[in-house]
Amino acid sequence: MKNYKDDFEFFKNSNNVYLDSAATSQKPSSVIEAQSDFYKKYCANIHRGLHTLSNSATKMYEDARTLCAEFINAESSRNIVFTKGVTEGINLLAHSLSGYETVIISSLEHHSNIVPWQLSNKNIKVIEVDSELNIDYASYEKLLFENPNSLVSITHISNVFGNVNDVKKITSLAHKHSCLVHIDGAQAGAHIKIDVQSLDIDFYTLSAHKIYAPTGVGLLYGKFELLEQMRPYQGGGAMISDVSFQSSTFLDPPLKFEAGTQNISGVIGWAEAIRYMNSLEFNEVILHEEKVYSYALKSLKKLDDILIYTDAKNLKSALSFNIKNLHHEDIGALLDKQGISVRTGHHCALPTMKMLGLDGTIRISFGIYSDEDDVNRFMVALEKSIEILRRYK
Amino acid sequence: MITENLNSIVGELSFFDDALEKYEYIIELGSLNSDFEDSYKSDKYLVKGCSSSVWLYCTKVDDKLFFHSDSNAMIAKGLASIICKVYSGNSSNEILNSDIKLLENLNLSEIITPVRQNGVASMQRYILEFAKDYEDGC
Repeated sequence: MKNYKDDFEFFKNSNNVYLDSAATSQKPSSVIEAQSDFYKKYCANIHRGLHTLSNSATKMYEDARTLCAEFINAESSRNIVFTKGVTEGINLLAHSLSGYETVIISSLEHHSNIVPWQLSNKNIKVIEVDSELNIDYASYEKLLFENPNSLVSITHISNVFGNVNDVKKITSLAHKHSCLVHIDGAQAGAHIKIDVQSLDIDFYTLSAHKIYAPTGVGLLYGKFELLEQMRPYQGGGAMISDVSFQSSTFLDPPLKFEAGTQNISGVIGWAEAIRYMNSLEFNEVILHEEKVYSYALKSLKKLDDILIYTDAKNLKSALSFNIKNLHHEDIGALLDKQGISVRTGHHCALPTMKMLGLDGTIRISFGIYSDEDDVNRFMVALEKSIEILRRYK
Repeated sequence: MITENLNSIVGELSFFDDALEKYEYIIELGSLNSDFEDSYKSDKYLVKGCSSSVWLYCTKVDDKLFFHSDSNAMIAKGLASIICKVYSGNSSNEILNSDIKLLENLNLSEIITPVRQNGVASMQRYILEFAKDYEDGC
């Protein structure tokens, strides 16, 4: 059985039980080396230089775009716009996609899939969820019927509770009502094999740092004819075909959306992260992750006074809970002092928390390197934290 | 007296080497603090800037101010108790003339996160505002 931790430098330097991969993942040693090598050996700007180093950097950057396209089975590399991450991808869409004044979102969205639409004065409609926090399809279809020609923008996996949405069904229903679909893949990229063509998705966004790659990089996938119709997000160098003092014309997508010098080393690091993932047997990865997730869920359910908010069948990546009458922050702080890293609070999903009447939750989340030993150490520390808090309650 | 109060708590906290034991002591201090009247649990007395809910109010006996706090989280309640204990029993003038950086002596940055440190700074600010109000005769 492969020990994935061996591939990650972090675990050679730290004994921490890292259960916050939904916030950001650790990076394989090969990714760190690739990024460092760029600065040590090949550093140059891309696209406009004519010298050898610039051409070499451009090739690595554009090869990374091709790898990213293959990673999500996009039609071609020209469907891939590099961004800072999902947040920038959605802001780009909110700014540049015209003709869709209503945005249909779910009740389980991250702030990054709410606030950009508010800033661009879109009319937001919210799909209800059922008792397991899955999308209520009656509510969804009603909204589609009432708001044809809208943009549906929904998370692939809830960053709070781990519910996996049925993206194929969501997209197919949306298209019947002439709606476009954007899927926020922030939590999905590391845990699901994404195929944008098979799912017929119009836009898909990813954050590389949650998929074992450096921070500050992500992508917006778009169907090419849609990207062509969209106006640039930012203006500057690298995105124009001609500029006069009166007006400018722009390059074709994706370059028209990539103004200024990009995060070249981050993109090169991401390419290495994809190579790392491609070197693994993905089915084995999925089985391993499912095993760890269900072990954690089963272990938590044995505790008295545990509050888990969904019993949905398809959960991945993130698991949220509370302990009755104890504050999530107290648990998180005591876990931290025992070498366990978890996330506590509202997880950038305040409307979801308000809907459920919660101040926050304790969220544990997993990466490829998480294992049952992590869960065991977490459970021992959790029970100790509860015991301390109960003693003084 | 503020310095004496502070030194007493610094001494107590320094007794613990282990961060978890130090936290447990802070929680214990919070649990012993029972002089808060629930009628003050309102937005008016809610300390803004804390990640959990912390309420803080002030009473005056003769010319001395006494601070009372509570929280929905036990560590925050303990931290609030410590800050209240440092400043309680002093006149508004003594509080306003005390060193604004004195809480650094608690070395809280070694055991609590930057977010919690901001919360502690907010509690201190509220205490100074209460003292200023009394000094101004409000």
